[in-house]
Amino acid sequence: MTTIAAVAIPRRSITLDLRAVKIVMQRDLIRTYQDRTRFVSALVQPLLFLFVLGSGLSSLTKGSTGPIDLRTFMYPGILATSTLFTAMFSAMSIVWDREFGFLREMLVAPVRRSSIILGKALSGATIATLQGVLVLLLGFFVNVPLTPGLALQLLAEVFLLSFTLTSLGLAIVSRITQVQTVMGLMQVFLLPLSFLSGALYPLSNLPTWLGIVVRLNPLTYAVHPIRTAVFDRLTLPDSVRAQLNPAITWFGWSVPTALQLLLVAAIGLALFVVAVAQFQKVE
Amino acid sequence: MNAVEVRGLTKSYGAVEAVRGVDFDVRTGETFGFLGPNGAGKSTTIKILCTLAKATGGSASVAGFDVQRQRDDVRRHIGLVFQDTTLDTYLSAEMNLRFHAELYGMPRESVQPRLQQVLEMVGLWERRASKVLTFSGGMKRRLEIARGLMHSPRVLVLDEPTVGLDPQTRASIWDYIERLRKEEDITIFLTTHYMDEAEHCDRIAIMDEGKLVALDTPAALKASVGTDRVTIRTDDDDEALARLPGALRTSEGVVINVEDGEAYVPQLFESLGVPITNVSISRPSLDDVFLSYTGRTIRDTESAGPQLPPFMAAGRGHR
Repeated sequence: MTTIAAVAIPRRSITLDLRAVKIVMQRDLIRTYQDRTRFVSALVQPLLFLFVLGSGLSSLTKGSTGPIDLRTFMYPGILATSTLFTAMFSAMSIVWDREFGFLREMLVAPVRRSSIILGKALSGATIATLQGVLVLLLGFFVNVPLTPGLALQLLAEVFLLSFTLTSLGLAIVSRITQVQTVMGLMQVFLLPLSFLSGALYPLSNLPTWLGIVVRLNPLTYAVHPIRTAVFDRLTLPDSVRAQLNPAITWFGWSVPTALQLLLVAAIGLALFVVAVAQFQKVE
Repeated sequence: MNAVEVRGLTKSYGAVEAVRGVDFDVRTGETFGFLGPNGAGKSTTIKILCTLAKATGGSASVAGFDVQRQRDDVRRHIGLVFQDTTLDTYLSAEMNLRFHAELYGMPRESVQPRLQQVLEMVGLWERRASKVLTFSGGMKRRLEIARGLMHSPRVLVLDEPTVGLDPQTRASIWDYIERLRKEEDITIFLTTHYMDEAEHCDRIAIMDEGKLVALDTPAALKASVGTDRVTIRTDDDDEALARLPGALRTSEGVVINVEDGEAYVPQLFESLGVPITNVSISRPSLDDVFLSYTGRTIRDTESAGPQLPPFMAAGRGHR
């Protein structure tokens, strides 16, 4: 018998689980790198919103946005919603993996399911944030004072948001076995989530029903901090600030930015736990 | 210690009893074939042994670890090759194996040498940098076998390793499995519904309708269903029949059932006294074994088994 390079697999440990998280992420990043066309083509939508819709509508709204360009106003919302599509798409890849069998290879490995799901959630967040970098650069064309400090702050907020959105995606797709089904389901979530988040219009003077729905949408609490970060760097009269970026209020109480971000993180964590529990089930 | 021990295993999906009380052992180092038509409960049993499904009753251990209570230990010590491909076809062969090595937490220094060893064993070392989607069906299956071996499992589970492959590729997969038996200190547990492939196994178990109906070496199983059949054509069949007690006349000629056909035929030529024009010996095949234990040929069960319309049944197992 030839001597085999017998490999002894060590027992499960944090180190091994982290290696699993890392390799799941690494695979997704390699796949994204191989598919650069798709990565870049996801920019089409933000470009359309910002330069076509934004430029077209700004002639209508010139009077009401005061000293600020409509596109500058829309920019934070578009930065936030652009991650929505990428994050959801990343989550969808797990359905793809299931349909093509690769998920099984991951599920039979001697690692925690949570490591695999964490790898997926982090890769979705990372890819969406990388795309966020590209969208961020558009800020130079719409009068956003992009300092390194602002850029970092925005990317951190985008990362947090994309983690939550990928977790939402994972929780939704965990029981689905066909890519086709997900495609349809994502449509149900994507546009309503972005339209009802205050990404494209200010939260002041909304009809009551819309104000309620917007307050129930988790995305609202990510869009607002991102817009606030940008507006903090603009020199604006208080009246314009109050009209275009009013505080989010719960029964008259202004929700502080830190609490909003905490809320997004908590929702993300909860959805992550749901996703893990869904994948934990054994026949 | 046995590589696999199964005691009173049962599994129900709602009202459907897929596995109805199965007991068997797989000895360390043997190649164990698990036979039966689709829907016999093979795949369910395998899923339980691989910790992918929970048993409804009974117990099972693999490589000395309980499949219900020591799931991770079982997983560390088994290699799995599934019926349907579980490769990432957009990655290279090497990247697929590296992914596996990381997921299984292989010691870093062992990854490269082991990678080369398993890829050379299945003849894919030269193709390691190619994306898997450029591979043929046989190459993919070989790569999956290599991946299953990456972490030096004690038990390699092959679920229908040759299904959907052409005969030539099937033969080459078997060459690799034979080599593996010689070169690695490993127990191989495989399922198949090709009877001819069961001949490669040290022992085989036949499963039908959720139960084990037979378990022995291929030779012993064949011996248990009967003797060799010698069929002759002669110039004078009546005379031959008269001289051979126990012989039968059939449409194919005169049939004699004997223990050892090959030794019997030379004697027959010498002593019969009637000129023989044609002779053939047939041995009981595993098909006969399956027939005698289940009352159906495996092909009959195939066509009657899954309740699918023909257009859906046609695509089964070829994904």
